[in-house]
Amino acid sequence: MTRYSAFTVFREGLRGQKGWDKAWRSPVPKPAYDVVIIGAGGHGLATAYYLAKNHGIKDVAVIEKGWLGGGNTGRNTTVIRSNYFYPESAALYDFSVRLYENLSRELNYNVMFSQRGMVVTAHSEPEMEMAARQVNAMRLNGVDAEFLDRDQVRKLAPLLNYGPDMRYPIHGGVFQPRAGTGRHDAVAWGFARAADAQGVDIIQNCQVLELLTEGGRCVGVRTSQGEIRASAIGATVAGHSSVIADMAQVDLPITSYALQAFVSEPLKPVLDTVVLCPPFGTYISQSDKGGLVIGGGLDRVPSYGQRGNLPMQEAVLAGLVEMMPALASVKLLRHWAGIVDVTPDSSPIIGPSGLEGLYLNCGWGTGGFKAIPAGGYLFAHLLATGHHHDLSRPFDPVRFTTGHLIDEGAASGIAH
Amino acid sequence: MQIFPCPFCGPRNETEFHFAGELGKVRPDTGKEVNARDWATYLYAQRNEKGLVREVWLHLTCSELFVMERDSLTMDVRASKSLRGDAL
Amino acid sequence: MTSHRTDRAGLIDRTQPRNFTFDGKAYRGFEGDTLASALLANGVRVMGRSFKYHRPRGPWGAWVDDPNAIMTVTLDGRSFPNCPAATTPLVEDMQARAVNAWPSAAFDIKAGLDLFHRWLGAGFYYKTFMWPDWHLFEPMIRKMAGLGDISRDAPKNYTADQVHDHCEVLVIGGGAAGLACARAAAEAGRGVVLVDDHPIFGGGLHQSVQIEDRTPSEWIADQLAAIMGAGGRVLPTTTAFGVYDHGLVGLAEYGAFGTAPHLHRMRADRIVLATGALDRPVTFAGNDRPGVMAVDAACEYLARYGVLVGRRIALASNNSLADAAEAMLTQAGAKITRISPQDGAIRALGGKQLKGLAQGLRRHEVDTVLASGGLTPLVHLWRHAGGKLDWCAARQAFLPGAAPDGMVAIGAANGTFDLDQALSEARAIGAGNASDAAARTYSLTPLWPEPGDKGRQWIDFQHDVTLKDVELAARENYVSVEHLKRYTTLGMASDQGKTSNMAGLAAMAAIQDRPLPEVGTTTFRPPFVPVPFEMYHGHHGKQLWHPLKRLALEPQHRAAGAALGEYGGWLRPGWYGTGNRGDLIRREVLSARNAAGIFDASPLGKIEVMGPDAEDFVNFIYYNTIRTLKPGNIRYGFMLTEGGIVMDDGVIARLTENRFVISCSSGHVDSVREHLEAWRQDGNNPDRIFIHDLTQQWSTVTITGPKARDILAKLPLGLDLSAQAFPHMTVQETQREETPIRIARVSFTGDISYEISIRSSRASDLWDKVVAAGEPHGATPIGIEALSILRAEKGYIMVGKDTDGETMPHDLGITIPRLKKKPAYIGDRSLHSDKANLPDRKALVGLAVGDGDKVLPTGAHIVDGTLSRSLGYVTSSYDSPTLGHPVALGLLENGSARTGEIVSVWHMGETRQATVCAACFFDPEGERLHA
Ligand SMILES: Cc1cc2nc3c(=O)[nH]c(=O)nc-3n(C[C@H](O)[C@H](O)[C@H](O)COP(=O)(O)OP(=O)(O)OC[C@H]3O[C@@H](n4cnc5c(N)ncnc54)[C@H](O)[C@@H]3O)c2cc1C
Ligand SMILES: [Zn+2]
Repeated sequence: MTRYSAFTVFREGLRGQKGWDKAWRSPVPKPAYDVVIIGAGGHGLATAYYLAKNHGIKDVAVIEKGWLGGGNTGRNTTVIRSNYFYPESAALYDFSVRLYENLSRELNYNVMFSQRGMVVTAHSEPEMEMAARQVNAMRLNGVDAEFLDRDQVRKLAPLLNYGPDMRYPIHGGVFQPRAGTGRHDAVAWGFARAADAQGVDIIQNCQVLELLTEGGRCVGVRTSQGEIRASAIGATVAGHSSVIADMAQVDLPITSYALQAFVSEPLKPVLDTVVLCPPFGTYISQSDKGGLVIGGGLDRVPSYGQRGNLPMQEAVLAGLVEMMPALASVKLLRHWAGIVDVTPDSSPIIGPSGLEGLYLNCGWGTGGFKAIPAGGYLFAHLLATGHHHDLSRPFDPVRFTTGHLIDEGAASGIAH
Repeated sequence: MQIFPCPFCGPRNETEFHFAGELGKVRPDTGKEVNARDWATYLYAQRNEKGLVREVWLHLTCSELFVMERDSLTMDVRASKSLRGDAL
Repeated sequence: MTSHRTDRAGLIDRTQPRNFTFDGKAYRGFEGDTLASALLANGVRVMGRSFKYHRPRGPWGAWVDDPNAIMTVTLDGRSFPNCPAATTPLVEDMQARAVNAWPSAAFDIKAGLDLFHRWLGAGFYYKTFMWPDWHLFEPMIRKMAGLGDISRDAPKNYTADQVHDHCEVLVIGGGAAGLACARAAAEAGRGVVLVDDHPIFGGGLHQSVQIEDRTPSEWIADQLAAIMGAGGRVLPTTTAFGVYDHGLVGLAEYGAFGTAPHLHRMRADRIVLATGALDRPVTFAGNDRPGVMAVDAACEYLARYGVLVGRRIALASNNSLADAAEAMLTQAGAKITRISPQDGAIRALGGKQLKGLAQGLRRHEVDTVLASGGLTPLVHLWRHAGGKLDWCAARQAFLPGAAPDGMVAIGAANGTFDLDQALSEARAIGAGNASDAAARTYSLTPLWPEPGDKGRQWIDFQHDVTLKDVELAARENYVSVEHLKRYTTLGMASDQGKTSNMAGLAAMAAIQDRPLPEVGTTTFRPPFVPVPFEMYHGHHGKQLWHPLKRLALEPQHRAAGAALGEYGGWLRPGWYGTGNRGDLIRREVLSARNAAGIFDASPLGKIEVMGPDAEDFVNFIYYNTIRTLKPGNIRYGFMLTEGGIVMDDGVIARLTENRFVISCSSGHVDSVREHLEAWRQDGNNPDRIFIHDLTQQWSTVTITGPKARDILAKLPLGLDLSAQAFPHMTVQETQREETPIRIARVSFTGDISYEISIRSSRASDLWDKVVAAGEPHGATPIGIEALSILRAEKGYIMVGKDTDGETMPHDLGITIPRLKKKPAYIGDRSLHSDKANLPDRKALVGLAVGDGDKVLPTGAHIVDGTLSRSLGYVTSSYDSPTLGHPVALGLLENGSARTGEIVSVWHMGETRQATVCAACFFDPEGERLHA
């Protein structure tokens, strides 16, 4: 496989780009593999890559009903951060950020992880107290964090509204310098190419229709391209996790919702960091291409329809204009939605499914892009060894029975 | 903007409603011993079906809960009925 | 520069000249021009630069499909980025600048980038810039990218109206088909709304000489008059930008340039799509040169604006519509050379100026090339609504197939390119009949990109995607349409693929030797054209964004000099008076402790629960046992989630056997009411329990402090206030001037307190009387800041501040119900999970510091000796005016067992010591409370 480098790009420029290899093959599925992974999103592809790389398990197929990276991995707003409260989450997500920091070189594919920092604003004294609690927690967890006052926020995000008419005046915020954004497609493609290079078969346009079971154990899958057997099966299908679980007659603690994203026409640079203003329910960053990439909350209605609906658009974009009034006349270019898998504690699920032989990596909800390298790494460990890595153990679904939820959403609840 | 039919008020914009959960959850009788698994199932397990679903919704403006049958993929709403009524 | 304005009248008003500048040079156009038509009329061809290679760009289209002429327009000192010149109406004094070009589109210093194109092919950035680190390269790339620039301040008077709208038939597109259909529908008695994104209706009709024996303008006027005469509405400059769930159509209605469009959330029983079709580009070498333009665009520029885009024109079309174009342009004075692009590869010659067109060895000396590879129906909205597309081999286009609910396509949008057929189809549909499959006069020879062809052939003009890029994508196996799009950025420009998608798909099909329809299409995503964010915002801004709840007593507080602030969604007095805030709050605390404080507690919940099953119901709702509560008595308790987490605390009063009042925290009233309703209706008999939320209807004035009883005694209530007759945690109901009054003796401060509740209409009178009665005793109004300190001194918690998403009632020291309460209650089983049973749970503690020490920072963490782990955090912390030293509450692992322990408190890198103590600093025996 041609290595990517400034040199090969130069050479291929001279040769009319004729010498590049396929980024990945389009193999015909074999009847059996050591491991079958359902879903070629970031988590599935990363799992395959780390199975091969860390565990020497290369007889792996990743089965994708559409095109690889076409689920949430190719639809998200690309924020990568580890500004979490609980030590379990901080350890998981910061591990992911650290993997991201070297990922381009590791995969030999530029995933454009851009550590432009992220500000979460605070808009009242109680919110400032919560922000302090958060910053302290992050630092104690070994994650970089700064506690900002209003002027410091203003330096980082001058477009925010600092005027007297602001509904929720900005008091300060939490800043994570190492947070940032990455190029979502490149993450999927980079993992796909690197996994393929290790011998992993990525099978696109192949839908899993049914699980094959023998003696109460999952031994393979029936797909639109035939039966494929495996010793271990991992599902990384995000918003469709309940559909796969249903094939195993398991009900998961997951509800699927549409989450929307928005991008503006490209502008010359106006915003250097990622900014989230909680009272407006909106966050924003500017991509390298110049588009403002905007996200917000879930749609109100549980959904598998991969499209956005007007009420949440109005809520998010109205919030944006309140936050940054100078953007009022900037135009929305495109919006779309992905189906996210929301758990009761907003934390992911990594672990056995309840049907022997079938394992789950899901429940990342609105925030699993940032966790792709870690999710793949840890899930590969589980599939290869049958045991949790220390970092994934707290996220085993058994927590719903033991009560050990990791409720990041509620950690920072604020009320009077 | 979807339109949901409140059995009491008629068709209204989706923004007036709140999703209150799947239909058919039965609270275990906690007056008796309930094992941790059953309790977890009650608390957290969702059918989360793709396609036809039956759910409980709250109409915020009249405070009534009701049952709605709809398609979670196409967003078609089939029917709605007050919670007290028989199943759809 | 010669004028390209002909004597064809067009739709412009030549009596009204408009002056404007482009890239600093002055020009003149007319009312009715677009920026693009005015510049073309002035002989300006280069109106922009492409995104990547900074190649010169002139308009390809005459309307929403033009990806090339993109400008930042400044008007009255305000800049609007990324305005497409082809759809921007010309306004006096406009200053337009090409985006992505400096100093001008004509002479762009970055033009040299094009020399490096061989290294900058699709996705080159994925393959490099990794070593040593992306961060080294990114800033430079960011600067190069992007299009327009924005003013950093908010635009003035730029607010969108938003309306809900309804009609029976919505016709989208006001060309011949749309007009005829709208008229037929209106005349059939239906409520019609007709929208078109142009300022003047008619679509492509203005190119015609005659229609049904009328001039186009007459015919259009006839239709509009008939539509309006029959009660229909017509909305020009209105774009249907998206179709959403349940058939909601988003309409953006534009006004003057520089104002925000209005949003119509349109619901129509039936939607007729008459959006027309676009010429698609022909893929040939140099097809991106300024001067290469769509056939239909040239006709539109002539018909609408009287502009003849070239004098010597090569017409390179593969379809039957070229004849009419030739006739029209010839008549306007152009010399036309017909080229059959399918007969051999063509090549545009020249640079910024087009010098000619070559086909094989033949060279045509032309100044303009008009191209069409066939018509592509505009089916975006059809797809938004979930309609299917069918490939039509005869027309070489995707046409509307299986229809979404309530939608029908007519005219060119439906592939009916022949005018007469389109009219009969439109009228049939409008009248509510089916349209018979009509014969087709339109014909074309398939013409698609041919892989392997020489030269640089553009697929996406704005994003600089060439046929070679598609070939590269195919070579590297980015073959699914979505991979192709994302890898090459084809179709992601500001026209969202209107010009590029079909060519891109066809190129991929040809490379893979697959039939085009098998390659498929990418998703058509709203908005149809870019729309400003403001349109979604409207008037919900500023103070109308989550409007504050207001107190009935606000005038009283204002008169008393209150510092009003937002607390839990209410506008409430934080403190009273002017001066040093800390001093004022301190004084209020002291007056409450020494005499009495008078506090507006109106936002506290007042939710009544009534009925024969009320007792069982509240017993189930509360963690604490409520069943044993006697009428006239009050109990403090928690509501839990089913997960066992404390969601609210507060008191519940039993007024009579079957009537309770729940006094939940002020910020939780709405959620508690919903919670109660949900359980009442789902799981209980709703005919035997009733819930009535009177929070907003009743106001509450609290008197708290050692003098509270004396003050209350001055109000003529006729109640025995002695501690025996009216003890702590009891409630009395009485009347005053025929107004019911409820007095609860409960305390959130640790001192004797009475909460007096009354109808809000009578609250001011009550407040005035209480204040007057308090004055001789030294009582003053106190704000919520003082109250927060008072309650923290006593160790009373605020849920959400002193608790978090893990806190269970036994963490707060209330353990009995968990161990003893028999009947079921919400959250009960969760209180016995593994996690709930852990000994080292975070529990509420007090934290004491040495005399003279500073206040512990709220949000500081309590850490173990090695600083490696957080054991909890400081949740409330104040300098207690009452005690003269700091007090703090916190959540701490295994907290109750640590009383007396000295712990490290860590804040932003600094460590201090504190001693764990009971979470009560004031009157721990409760003597004052029960006095
Ligand atoms: C709008 C939006 C914004 C977001 N923003 C962020 C963000 O800023 N930061 C962040 O960290 N996260 C974000 N997320 C979340 C993040 O995108 C996801 O958590 C993450 O991409 C999940 O990756 P995955 O690989 O698990 O799932 P996916 O990428 O969704 O992949 C699952 C794959 O499984 C396939 N599949 C499903 N069923 C089957 C079947 N039966 N057979 C075969 N294949 C099947 C699907 O086609 C899909 O390709 C966002 C999500 C959305 C929708
Ligand atoms: Zn209702």
